[in-house]
Amino acid sequence: MTSSPSRFRGTDTYLSSEGLQAAVNCALTLQRPLLVRGEPGTGKTLLAEAVAESLGLRLLTWHVKSTTRAQDGLYVYDTVQRLYDSRFGDGDVRDIRRYIRMGPLGESFASKERVVLLIDEVDKADLEFPNDLLHELDRMRFRISETNEDVVATHRPVVVITSNNEKELPDAFLRRCVFHFIDFPDQELMRRIVAVHHPGLDESLTEQALKVFYELRNFTRLRKRPSTSELVDWIAVLKANGVTNMKLDDNLPFLGALLKREQDLMAVAEAFGRGRRTKA
Amino acid sequence: MFLPFLYELRRRGVPVGAQEALSLAGALKAGLHDSSLDGFYHVARALLVHSETHLDAFDQAFLAHFKGMEGAGQQLTQELLEWLRDARERRELTPEERELLEHFDLEELEKLFQQRMEEQRERHDGGPRWIGTGGASPFGHSGHPREGFRVGGEGAQGSGSRMAMRLAGARRYQGYRGDVVLDTRQMAVALRKLRAFAREGVPDELDVEGTIAATAKNAGELEVVTRPPRRPNTRVVLIMDVGGSMDPYAHLVSRLFSVAKQATHFKELRTYYFHNCVYGRVFDSPYLVGGISVPDLLGQVGRHHKLVVVGDALMAPYELTMRTNAEGRYDPVEGKEGLVWLMELARHFERSAWLNPEPPQTWRGNTIQAVKNVFDMFPLTLEGLGEAVAHLTKGRMVRGRR
Repeated sequence: MTSSPSRFRGTDTYLSSEGLQAAVNCALTLQRPLLVRGEPGTGKTLLAEAVAESLGLRLLTWHVKSTTRAQDGLYVYDTVQRLYDSRFGDGDVRDIRRYIRMGPLGESFASKERVVLLIDEVDKADLEFPNDLLHELDRMRFRISETNEDVVATHRPVVVITSNNEKELPDAFLRRCVFHFIDFPDQELMRRIVAVHHPGLDESLTEQALKVFYELRNFTRLRKRPSTSELVDWIAVLKANGVTNMKLDDNLPFLGALLKREQDLMAVAEAFGRGRRTKA
Repeated sequence: MFLPFLYELRRRGVPVGAQEALSLAGALKAGLHDSSLDGFYHVARALLVHSETHLDAFDQAFLAHFKGMEGAGQQLTQELLEWLRDARERRELTPEERELLEHFDLEELEKLFQQRMEEQRERHDGGPRWIGTGGASPFGHSGHPREGFRVGGEGAQGSGSRMAMRLAGARRYQGYRGDVVLDTRQMAVALRKLRAFAREGVPDELDVEGTIAATAKNAGELEVVTRPPRRPNTRVVLIMDVGGSMDPYAHLVSRLFSVAKQATHFKELRTYYFHNCVYGRVFDSPYLVGGISVPDLLGQVGRHHKLVVVGDALMAPYELTMRTNAEGRYDPVEGKEGLVWLMELARHFERSAWLNPEPPQTWRGNTIQAVKNVFDMFPLTLEGLGEAVAHLTKGRMVRGRR
């Protein structure tokens, strides 16, 4: 075994599966971006924070929006400011460098130390967006054409990319990434996740909440199934209000924390109301 | 040693190539798999699979390829298997014993099993603890445990160390396969690819390049230039077959419709219904009322609209040749045949696609074949929808003129 400087094993607050650890360690060793996909609320974004925490590195975040262009991540040349300054005579307009602002990706390359870069929800942007980043992620360098300067990463950043799969990502991009699909946690793992977020929670409340939660998830008529983060929130609400026991029926306490769509609430009320439960 | 496995993957439609092989070799060289099959499973999955639609195929390939090697990490001793070979019949359990056995979960069992493996040194039959036959221990076979591992005996599976094989065998990713019929979200994802943008409307976005050029022309006096923002520019006509032979697919097709209607990235979406075949008229509702005649429709929509027809194209042959007029009424003299109406539709649009819920194996030797000559036909699965969308967004081409 070669010297692997640091292996990722999850953190105290982020429980990870063996497969996830393997994927993170592959990405670390091979210095490739890690692409994480999975249902919303399975902790894709938190993974980057956990990796940064466990390796003791700084975390840079780039939240991708539908209007984000690849160029924004590298640098932005603030032409308008420069025009403005030239017109009204503020500062030295001959120095273009004063008007170059690094984006998150550029900053992670230029950083003196190794950092973790999270490119969050890469699929939100335009279809061509991932393709525009291929070269930069591969070579970890880019050129600022305005000043003819090269920005080269001295320490290749650990890149974590999350995707909600709203758009297909291009094959060429996928090939360069280490891929991991976060499964929905099973009951046992979920129990541990709940225990991490709500230490010392009443055993029977956990049991009941999990039972109701998985019953709801298996209820096929839902349009949006509740996820981990919603369960954690829901238990927080239950705890704060001192609820001690419940069952899945039409007056389940604080159902709104779990189900976010009106049709879903109505469907649940209809199916589980008046004691008409499918299974005991 | 893993190269044959890569070919097994390729055979099952997982696109792996030299790049994947090299990165896997790199990872193995770095010792990321911890010299175990479990580790190899996770590392290989992370590096070889790029999409959850391939996870199931990966699991299957892994199962097929590594069957028989699974015990390599921790061998069941030959001796143990010998003990198990000639089994004793089980005895009845006391209710208390049974109660106890209900409560094992997999993780505990695994731990227990390994512990027992280390402790056990002799043959054992009929007891509640050791690995043996006819007992109430959760390990062994011909016994009476509720949950437990089968060790040896027929089927010969279940060593606790075969984690990877068990994971692969569970086929938990079956639901994500690309070739199964769609769910709503996946359809929305597929349809989203149809979008295209154009700059139209009120100019309220700063055009930096234009501003610089204009300012330079203006001898340095700041001259701000604006342009209209990018907006979606895809127009879609969606026509769906209802009733009759389409009934089994009603749920599927209605989901496609609701997804298309929710999609915000179309500039215009028109949806119509027909029954069996288009007869001069398409309708506003599934009950075949209202609507618009085909010539009127073709007059209102341009050639650049994308036409998507959803239907099984299965009908009696005479229904393709029945003559109707533009009002949809039977007219043997002036009317046009059903197939001709379809051709008119196909010919009008630069890009069109027919989505068929019937599996492609059944597309020969019936009316589907005739319709397929008029329209480019794709199966109504995630893959098919993706292909259809790719086909619709390709350059312009007019079908039906051959």
